[in-house]
Amino acid sequence: MGTNVTIARDGLQALIEALRADGREVIGPTVREGAIIYDAIRDIADLPAGWTDRQEAGRYGLEQRADGALFGYTVGPHAWKQFLFPARETLWTMRRTGDGAEVTDGATPASRHAFIGVRSCELHAIAIQDKVFVSGPYPDTNYRARRADAFIVAVNCGQAGNTCFCVSMRTGPKVEGGFDLSLTELLDDTRHDFLIAIGSEAGAAIMQHVPHRPATAADLSAADSAVARAAAGIGRHLQTEGLKQALQAAPEHRRWDEVAARCLTCGNCTMVCPTCFCTTVRDHTDLAGNTARRVREWDSCFTLDFSYIHGGSVRHAPRARYRQWLTHKLANWIDQFGTSGCVGCGRCITWCPVGIDITEEAAAIANAPAAAREAHHEGA
Amino acid sequence: MSSARKPKLAVWKFASCDGCQLSLLDCEDELLDLAGAVSIANFLEASSAVQPGPYDLSLVEGSITTSHDAERIHKVRRQSKYLVTIGACATAGGIQALRNFADVNDFIAAVYASPQYISTLATSTPISAHVKVDYELRGCPIDKGQLIEVIAAFLAGRKPAVAAHSVCIECKQRGTPCVMVQGTPCLGPVTHAGCGALCPSYRRGCYGCFGPMETPNTAALAREWQALGAISRDIQRAFRTFNAAAEPFRKESTAHGDQDHPG
Ligand code: SF4
Ligand code: SF4
Ligand code: SF4
Ligand code: SF4
Repeated sequence: MGTNVTIARDGLQALIEALRADGREVIGPTVREGAIIYDAIRDIADLPAGWTDRQEAGRYGLEQRADGALFGYTVGPHAWKQFLFPARETLWTMRRTGDGAEVTDGATPASRHAFIGVRSCELHAIAIQDKVFVSGPYPDTNYRARRADAFIVAVNCGQAGNTCFCVSMRTGPKVEGGFDLSLTELLDDTRHDFLIAIGSEAGAAIMQHVPHRPATAADLSAADSAVARAAAGIGRHLQTEGLKQALQAAPEHRRWDEVAARCLTCGNCTMVCPTCFCTTVRDHTDLAGNTARRVREWDSCFTLDFSYIHGGSVRHAPRARYRQWLTHKLANWIDQFGTSGCVGCGRCITWCPVGIDITEEAAAIANAPAAAREAHHEGA
Repeated sequence: MSSARKPKLAVWKFASCDGCQLSLLDCEDELLDLAGAVSIANFLEASSAVQPGPYDLSLVEGSITTSHDAERIHKVRRQSKYLVTIGACATAGGIQALRNFADVNDFIAAVYASPQYISTLATSTPISAHVKVDYELRGCPIDKGQLIEVIAAFLAGRKPAVAAHSVCIECKQRGTPCVMVQGTPCLGPVTHAGCGALCPSYRRGCYGCFGPMETPNTAALAREWQALGAISRDIQRAFRTFNAAAEPFRKESTAHGDQDHPG
């Protein structure tokens, strides 16, 4: 482990085939509906060759690159959580029998996955969800099973997006661990290769089916400069020092009202966030009254039902809901789980339909604590 | 359940297109179960055999646009233990509530050869403006899965599992890349879920068929539509469709007009 080898572009095809031959469903980036999303891929031709993305707060578009890079973009609207922690899952089904009822477990863990193209920020997000779902006294057994079965091929970013801020969150762009294999794309006029780092026994085993050669010093330094280029081009920054205290001290800051005037309470930010884990559970019965089903779905702190307790919603005012989102991510998460809940992937910035920028909102509050006193106190 | 008396179901029509009632007939897979669980006592679209009231569950389609209907809905209410409105007409006044923004006599004169025979009210109003409604199911038309959910919930005596949040949450749950962020104005962020984010899955913006979501920030959405190039008239028209008279949509539409329409 820790070994570096180099494969040619064709080697990536061999890798996909080896993972499929190992009985895995290979999931990777592919172009669909104007975006780079994650879906089943069978072939290297399914990857977004020659595409890149242009991201701004509330804006996303694809553009053709000058080269044929396979990973020349950053994260899109999808996150790996949709495979490890599906948006909708039946927990159990109960059927009336002659004199009682019979319960069947709902979710059977889906196929064994291999994820190709997992970015450093995303590895950190998966680690955060592992902590939420698997550690602690009540592990989520479906998540745990899917996670244990997942083979991870990480990729080092060779460029950063305009809404990325992993450098501030110390979650990227360089892949540091938590993978079976990691790739760095080495592409110039003379070559299109991948430097591979082997991160696990499973990774080493798969590489036996993939033609490779030892990495040269030139390969290693080309890979280093690719990641350095991404770090230098990072689009956004967040000052994290003192941020937790500043946010926790400012529940009545005027900025919450200002952002609430813009916020649609649509929930998009929480849906795209790779660490957000909140769900609701709904019970359904059929017309005949013979079957009941309990279904778990992604929910969001932006819905009223989410904080509904007897008599009403605890977070009725939109400002309270935005404040919950931001302070949970950047402050209270640290008390709860020991790390920030944000990995700096920038999805919530790009995919907010009105372009609300978490880095801007957090900075406004942290940098002008005095404004707290000017806030009015309407709504919770 | 089979030993107990079957609850009596009635379906009523007011000013509407019948699309929502037809959703019930369209529930092919569930129709047998439905017929087994309730006695369909009054459903003229399906059968001319009518049993007298009272009814345990009344599904009401359509809005109130005539004085005759304004009286009839009270009779329906009196005969119904539990009254559920189905669809945008019954819940918000429907597309015919566009008359609320104009003089209905102008429409009558323009449409009918002999306007003197037309007797109608100046407005189209939802059922809840006239009688107490126990539950409102949204949509133009309603989603048949949600209709079955509401009936099944009624039969089990539980709350229907119907979310009041934005269409965006359904859109993300199904993995559709947001069309609005890619430049197409969409009403999803202010629209009540229920359709499963159908239009964005076909690369179209949401048309708002299910009416306002629980806390719609229409003004902020309208500003973003402008940033995407929509003019005031586009915004007014977007908010003035099937749910034009739903208060948040009505209010937003009146804040926009024809002033800046080009050339
Ligand atoms: S946040 Fe960092 S690791 Fe994530 S995609 Fe952007 S550059 Fe890559
Ligand atoms: S809060 Fe935003 S930037 Fe941070 S991890 Fe979530 S989606 Fe990414
Ligand atoms: S911050 Fe943006 S994405 Fe999040 S709820 Fe508000 S408007 Fe929606
Ligand atoms: S496409 Fe429309 S409904 Fe879907 S997330 Fe975007 S704004 Fe919301």
